[in-house]
Amino acid sequence: MPDLSAYRFTKTHEWVRDEGAGEVVVGITDHAQSQLGDVIFLELPKVGASLSAGARFGAVESVKAASDLNSPVSGEVVAVNSQVSASPELVNKDPHGQGWLIRVRVEGDLPGDLLDSAAYDSFAQADSH
Amino acid sequence: MNEGIKNVPLDKVPLDAAHRALGGQMVPFAGYSMPLHYGSIRGEHLAVRERAGLFDVSHMGEVNVTGPGALAFLERLVTNDVSKLSPGRALYTVMCHPDGGIVDDLLVYRDQEGYMCVVNAGRRDVDLEWMSQCLSGHDAQVTDVSAETALLAVQGPRAKAIVQSLSSVADLDAIRYYHHHFGEVAGVPVRISRTGYTGEDGFELYASAADAERLWSAILEAGSPHGLIPAGLGARDTLRLEAGFRLYGQDIDEASDPLSAGLGWVVKPAKGPFIGSEALAAIAAAPPRAFIGMKLGPREIPRHGHPIYRGARQVGAVTSGSFGFTVGAGLAMGYVEPQCATPGTELRIQLRADPLQEATAPVLALPFYKRPES
Repeated sequence: MPDLSAYRFTKTHEWVRDEGAGEVVVGITDHAQSQLGDVIFLELPKVGASLSAGARFGAVESVKAASDLNSPVSGEVVAVNSQVSASPELVNKDPHGQGWLIRVRVEGDLPGDLLDSAAYDSFAQADSH
Repeated sequence: MNEGIKNVPLDKVPLDAAHRALGGQMVPFAGYSMPLHYGSIRGEHLAVRERAGLFDVSHMGEVNVTGPGALAFLERLVTNDVSKLSPGRALYTVMCHPDGGIVDDLLVYRDQEGYMCVVNAGRRDVDLEWMSQCLSGHDAQVTDVSAETALLAVQGPRAKAIVQSLSSVADLDAIRYYHHHFGEVAGVPVRISRTGYTGEDGFELYASAADAERLWSAILEAGSPHGLIPAGLGARDTLRLEAGFRLYGQDIDEASDPLSAGLGWVVKPAKGPFIGSEALAAIAAAPPRAFIGMKLGPREIPRHGHPIYRGARQVGAVTSGSFGFTVGAGLAMGYVEPQCATPGTELRIQLRADPLQEATAPVLALPFYKRPES
């Protein structure tokens, strides 16, 4: 498990990592990928798309279910991980690393309701029971 | 199917500890804790198609039917013709209520003395109750042997080589499809059945629960050089969907009948009256709906309950939907109005209401996948 102290989390199981210079990277959590099972494909926005915090920005389809992706932040998509589009299993193998989904230029500050790693872990544990 | 059982303690299969040691993700299924996968459903699915997979399906129910009236009882109970079954053979069938609704689908094995029925785990209690009700007037006994019986399935193109390397039976090819034979595998006495639920060649091995661990370990070890891996219920579901096999509780249930479900080949009115035969004769004259398959695109994944349309009108719904890893497409099976069921008819599945996502595809003759001739 990578060091997740620099990550923040949503209650809809996305993570966000501050890259500095007003940009963040967004993905789904290990808990989410384990609940979803094998990812079949991802529906991701295009570069330039504008996102608002809490709103749907795409979807992940797994063997088990289709699940919406909700943006942790407001801002503009500056990059999309083309590797996960070609090899969606990266989301299962390395959800916090190579399985990242999009890079976003954030408008303003990060929302205050994001969870830190410890708070997310206890939330996710309660959520799976 | 696994609704409402959250607070009920789950039964453990004999191999529970072995599954956990292999990293199996255990999930509640039909009252049992069962492995969904051991890491990747995709990997397990492809292993079964290309090499071999080992499934623990010990949750399935085994019921012995014995006594002088066993055949007469089964002929009355199930829709298929059990009198045609010679010792060493098996058949697939359903048993119905008088209204034609399906109580369960099952395998019937003919032994030298009596029969063994293999039923769905989630239906075992209902089946036993129904069977004992139907027993009245028959000189036969029904005995549930599920708890002491383990069932392992070795499936895939390498299955025969693997089981052969462990078996006392000189040539497993002497056991043809839907035949069975008593012998030893890894020194364990088993019923070796050439059957399965994956669309591949393979064997289902019925053993004493006490021998399950020994049999499981021996197959894993002997299979490993062939590329065999353990496979869970997730791959079992995507494999059976590609093979077009119905799943009880999803594709068939008490509200559906075998004719509408496309299982008319297991209904044998010529054998004489059986439970449901009158209702099924009426349904045959005017079937209310038909069972179909549709193959969608690689990014269109149908799910249970999705509505099926022709033009603006809803004509049916998906009962089984998922992604077929071998055919590389979203696959749907379900019921539609009979006039929409002809192969080639263009139908539309609504995958999502908001934002609207739909997929159009022609009705396809099942199965989606047929294994290459060996």
